[in-house]
Amino acid sequence: MKKDWLSIRTVVAAGIGAAIFIILRYISIPVGFIPNTTVQLSYIFLALIAVIYGPVAGGLIGLIGHSLGDALQYGSVWWSWVIVSAIVGIGFGLASRFLKISDGEFGWKSIAVFNVFQLVTQAIGWFLIAPALDIAIYGEPANKVFVQGFTAGILDIVTVGIFGTLLIWLYAQTRTKAGSLKKEA
Amino acid sequence: MKMQMLSYIERATPIHRMTGAAKLVCFIIWSVIAMTTFDTRILVFMLIAGIVIFRMANVHLREIAFVLGFILIFLLLNNLGIYIFAPQQGSSIYGTVHILLHLPGSYSLTLEQLFYQLNVTLKYFAVIPFALLFIVTTHPSEFAASLNRIGVSYRIAYAVSITLRYIPDVQRSYHEITQAQQARGIDLSKKEKLWRRMRQAAAIIIPLVFSTLDRIEVISNAMELRRFGMKKKRTWYDERPFACIDYLAVAFSMLLLILSLWLSFHRGSRYYNPFN
Repeated sequence: MKKDWLSIRTVVAAGIGAAIFIILRYISIPVGFIPNTTVQLSYIFLALIAVIYGPVAGGLIGLIGHSLGDALQYGSVWWSWVIVSAIVGIGFGLASRFLKISDGEFGWKSIAVFNVFQLVTQAIGWFLIAPALDIAIYGEPANKVFVQGFTAGILDIVTVGIFGTLLIWLYAQTRTKAGSLKKEA
Repeated sequence: MKMQMLSYIERATPIHRMTGAAKLVCFIIWSVIAMTTFDTRILVFMLIAGIVIFRMANVHLREIAFVLGFILIFLLLNNLGIYIFAPQQGSSIYGTVHILLHLPGSYSLTLEQLFYQLNVTLKYFAVIPFALLFIVTTHPSEFAASLNRIGVSYRIAYAVSITLRYIPDVQRSYHEITQAQQARGIDLSKKEKLWRRMRQAAAIIIPLVFSTLDRIEVISNAMELRRFGMKKKRTWYDERPFACIDYLAVAFSMLLLILSLWLSFHRGSRYYNPFN
């Protein structure tokens, strides 16, 4: 089959991934000790699926999941943050080139690679692009949007760093490792 | 847990009869206008037009009340945030200072600040009726066809269609898994300690995620067997030709966009300034 950038698997992964992304927005786990803060499950899931299916699927899930989710939940779309979600999805997906999750490989080196990617893209997305777009589109005061971006970004980086890594590791455990069969003596 | 979502509401009104593509184009144009301008007159006009069209679509307020609650809370918090972080943003934009109420520090309430925050709030409010209308008056099947119609690749349009199709499915498996796990004694309420609650949430979310990943394989195989993506184009069952009202709506939106941009360029700034 011809290999193209938008294969059937990518299309389906984007579609169903976005559906789960939207459902997970409704399921929040309150972090007891910080008031009004919840663990964002959607981004943890986005990390897993982007690492499996690549940057195109990741970006599409961020884009479709966040915009459609906003529209269905709030009746309006915050485009500035939607764009950041798409960028974060692409960033997670770029890590997939250096990982072999589908072959069940997710050792310390892979964990480090994944976390470097998630840290860099989320930092760029939440610390720079989100505030910049908020200022450009909504004309909001700079210090407010930077504080917002930093809080959301740090929270997301930490949760994806801990639970995203854990979820990917769990997924890798369910895959059969390449060359795991041995001939009996 | 109940997940409240907007969904298609079937009614026989002119707004429902418009093609999805026309509504999508209008929604995008109105969003662009609201994002680019700070002109109070245009924003107020958009809000009023939105409410009028909302009445025409015969959607009842109670059908969308939960969404309005969310939006009002968000806007309230957002306005408070703007005031706390930048109480003099308005004065620096409009270049004048009319103090209404003397407060310590730089927190004096100015007319400019109130006007600026009114504009920020209006920017959000101006598109809400259209976004709501687009969702509740466009059939989900027509949505994908509309995306394709306005030039989005049909594969991406199909991904959106899959999302809308599978949201109820994922919701159902979530409920099934939750009930199965609750029957085995898992408690997700606040009574449990944080660490236990995390582990128990994992007992629901991990099966949900992994079972859906399997579904991706099944569906892509099925689509491949039906030769999805072999041709450059595809047709849509729900696609309809543009009617008179669709052309009118798009033309009207374009005119408003041009007017708004012209006003901004003419003034040299996107802020409408009544203070000088």
